[in-house]
Amino acid sequence: MKIHEYQAKEILKKFNVEVPKGKVAFTPEEAVEVAKEIGGDLWVVKAQIHAGGRGKGGGVKLAKSLDEVYEISKQMIGMRLITHQTGPEGKIVQRVLIEEGMNIEKELYVGITLDRSTSKNVVMVSSEGGVEIEKVAAESPEKILKEYVEPSIGLQQFQARKLAFGLGLEGEKFRNAVKFLIGLYKAYEETDASLAEINPLVVTKEGRVLALDAKMNFDDNALYRHPEIVELRDLNEEEPLEIEASKYNLNYIKLDGNVGCMVNGAGLAMATMDIIKLAGGEPANFLDVGGGASAETVENGFKIILSDPNVKAILINIFGGIVRCDRVAQGVIEASRKVNVSVPIVIRLEGTNAKEAADLLRNSGLNFLVANSLKDAAEKVTGLIKN
Amino acid sequence: MSILVNKKSRVVVQGITGSEGSFHTTQMIEYGTNIVAGVVPGKGGQNFNGVPIFNTVEEAVKNTKADTSVIFVPPQFAPDAILEAAFAGIKVIVCITEGIPAKDMVKVYDVIKDMNVRLIGPNCPGVISPGEAKVGIMPGFIHKKGKVGIVSRSGTLTYEAVKQLTDLGIGQSTCVGIGGDPVIGSRFIDIIKLFNEDKNTDAIVMIGEIGGTAEEEAAAYIKKYVKKPVIGFIAGRTAPPGRRMGHAGAIISGGKGTAAEKMEAMRKAGIIVVESPAEIGITVKKVLDRIKSNKSQKLSSNKKIKKTIKTVKPKTKSKTKK
Repeated sequence: MKIHEYQAKEILKKFNVEVPKGKVAFTPEEAVEVAKEIGGDLWVVKAQIHAGGRGKGGGVKLAKSLDEVYEISKQMIGMRLITHQTGPEGKIVQRVLIEEGMNIEKELYVGITLDRSTSKNVVMVSSEGGVEIEKVAAESPEKILKEYVEPSIGLQQFQARKLAFGLGLEGEKFRNAVKFLIGLYKAYEETDASLAEINPLVVTKEGRVLALDAKMNFDDNALYRHPEIVELRDLNEEEPLEIEASKYNLNYIKLDGNVGCMVNGAGLAMATMDIIKLAGGEPANFLDVGGGASAETVENGFKIILSDPNVKAILINIFGGIVRCDRVAQGVIEASRKVNVSVPIVIRLEGTNAKEAADLLRNSGLNFLVANSLKDAAEKVTGLIKN
Repeated sequence: MSILVNKKSRVVVQGITGSEGSFHTTQMIEYGTNIVAGVVPGKGGQNFNGVPIFNTVEEAVKNTKADTSVIFVPPQFAPDAILEAAFAGIKVIVCITEGIPAKDMVKVYDVIKDMNVRLIGPNCPGVISPGEAKVGIMPGFIHKKGKVGIVSRSGTLTYEAVKQLTDLGIGQSTCVGIGGDPVIGSRFIDIIKLFNEDKNTDAIVMIGEIGGTAEEEAAAYIKKYVKKPVIGFIAGRTAPPGRRMGHAGAIISGGKGTAAEKMEAMRKAGIIVVESPAEIGITVKKVLDRIKSNKSQKLSSNKKIKKTIKTVKPKTKSKTKK
C-alpha cells in the first residue's frame, strides 16, 4: 500500500526522524493558515499524489510570500499533474503540503527495503541525492553504500555511523545523520514497511539533517496489524475498478489493451497475458480469480472486466486442478446469464472433467468459443478482435 | 527417484482440521502420501480420518517419526508453525499458507537458514514426486512419473507446464513450487542444486516470473555447475512496472526484475528459454529427443556427442575461468 508524502512524514516524526515543519492543506485558504503557523518568509508548496517526478511536472513550487502561497496552492489544487510515473492521463491534485523553506547545503539519498537475495533488510545511502537512484546504481554503483540488517538485532549504531561517515559528514551533521538513520530504520521496521525512501535527504547550512521528501510503501500482508496505516489509504489515488475488484477479493489490474482476461492463479494470469500479446493482441487487464473460480467469483470477474469499455472480447483460462471443470463451467454459464455479457468469450478449461465442461459450454446456447489449449485460446481471442 | 519427498516421507499436517488442511489431507492420502500425523494445538488425542492428531509437532515426531511437514495454518500463525516444525526436527517443511508478512518471514528465515531443514514456500503449491508422494495442493492426476524436474514460482502455471509434459508422455521426477513471496525458504538455486545431484533427473524446467533477481542468480549458478539441460520460462513480459501482479514478489521496481532482463540472463547461461507458455512441453520434448539421439550416436562415435551437447548448452566460459 502506498501513502502520501505528508502522511509518511507524520509517521517519521513519531520515530524522531527530522522532517521540515509543515502540514497538509486541502484549500488555498488552509494553505495560507498553515504557512502562517509555520512562520518564516519562505515556503514550499508540494502537490500530494502517489507518484514521483512531481518537481518536473510543476508539482513543487517555492513561495516567497503568503500571497504566493495562496496563488500557487490555488493553481495546484485541482490541476492535472502529469509525471513520468502517472502515465499520460496524470493525476488530479487534491491536497498540497506546505513546508518551511530551508538553506540546503547537500542533497543525499537514503532508502531501506528488503533485499531478496539475502532475505535481509538493506539500508542504502548515496551522496547523489535528488536524482533517480536507479540511475546512480546503473552508472556509478560505487556511490551507493549498503548495510545489511541482521534480523535478530536490527540496525546497529556502528552501521549507521559507517553510512554517515561514508556520506562524508562530520560533527553535528554526522551525529544528526546517525540519529536520522536509526530512527528511519525503526519506523520502517515497526510499521511493516516494504520501502522507506528519503530522496533527497538534506543537510542544511545550519547542520540539520532532514527528510525533504519521503516515500513509504507498506506490506499488504501485514496491514491487518496496522489499522492506523490502513486509514491513510487514499482511494482517489487508485483505479476505481481495482478498488471495486478488491471488494470482491479479486486481484485486478487495469491495462491498456482490449482483450479482457480471467484466469486462476497469478503466474498463469501473467502467462495468459503474455500469450495474448504473442498472438498479436493486447491484454486489457490482469485478473486472478483465485483457486476456486466459483460462479460468484466468475460473475464478479465479468462485472469488473466489462466495466472497462475498451474490452472487445474476453478470454477465460482456468486450470481446474482439484476443482472440477464441469463445476467451473456451470459457474461461468450461470454468471454469463446473470451479467448478460455483451462481448464474445473464449474459454479454456483444463483439468478434471474438462471434456464434460466443454460440452456444457457448447450446449449452453450462449456465445462461447471453446478452446482446447492455451495457444488455441489466445489465437481464437485475438482472431475475434481483428475481425 | 526424486528430490525432497518420496514414498518413505512421513508427513505431518499442521492445521489438519481446518477447511484447507482437512480437504487437502484427504487428497494427499488418496494420492498415496504417507500422512502419519496431524497437529492442532488443543486437539491432541483426537484423529482425522484415522490420522492421529497431536498438540505439538514435537509429540507428533516422537510418536510417528514424522520427517516432513505441510502447513495449512492462517498467515498470523504460520511463522510460528514453521519454527515449531524446524525445532521439532522436521527435515522438509512445506508451507502452503499465503499472506505471511515479509517481516515475519525475514526473522523465520534468519533462524532456520542455519538449521538442518529445508523450507519450501510459503505461498506455494507444495512438492510432488509423481507416483511417490504429494505434499501440497496440486492436482495429482496431471502428473506422471519420469525424469524431468520442475521448479516454479507459480501454482497453476506449473500445472499448465506439467500437463503439457504429461500429454507428450514426458514424466516428472519432482515438481517443486517455491512460492511467490519475496522471502521464501528455498530459491531456484537450492532446488536446481538438488535436481542437478539427483541421478534420476535428466532435465530441469524452471518457471520464473517478474520481480527480484532469483532467476538471474540461478542462471549464474547453472552456467557454472549444471550440466543437465535447463529449459526456462518467465511469466509477466507484458506486466507494467510498479504494479504487483498477484504475488507479493511479482513486481518490477526501479527498472529491475523485468522478464526481458531475466530471459537474457538465462539465455547467456545456456538455458533454453521458451518464449510462449504454450511451448514449454514441446521444447522439453525436443531437448530430450536430442539427448536421446546423442546417446545413440555415442554408440557409434564417442567424441561427437560432446560437441552436439555444446550447441544446446554452451559451457566453454566456466571452464576457462577455473
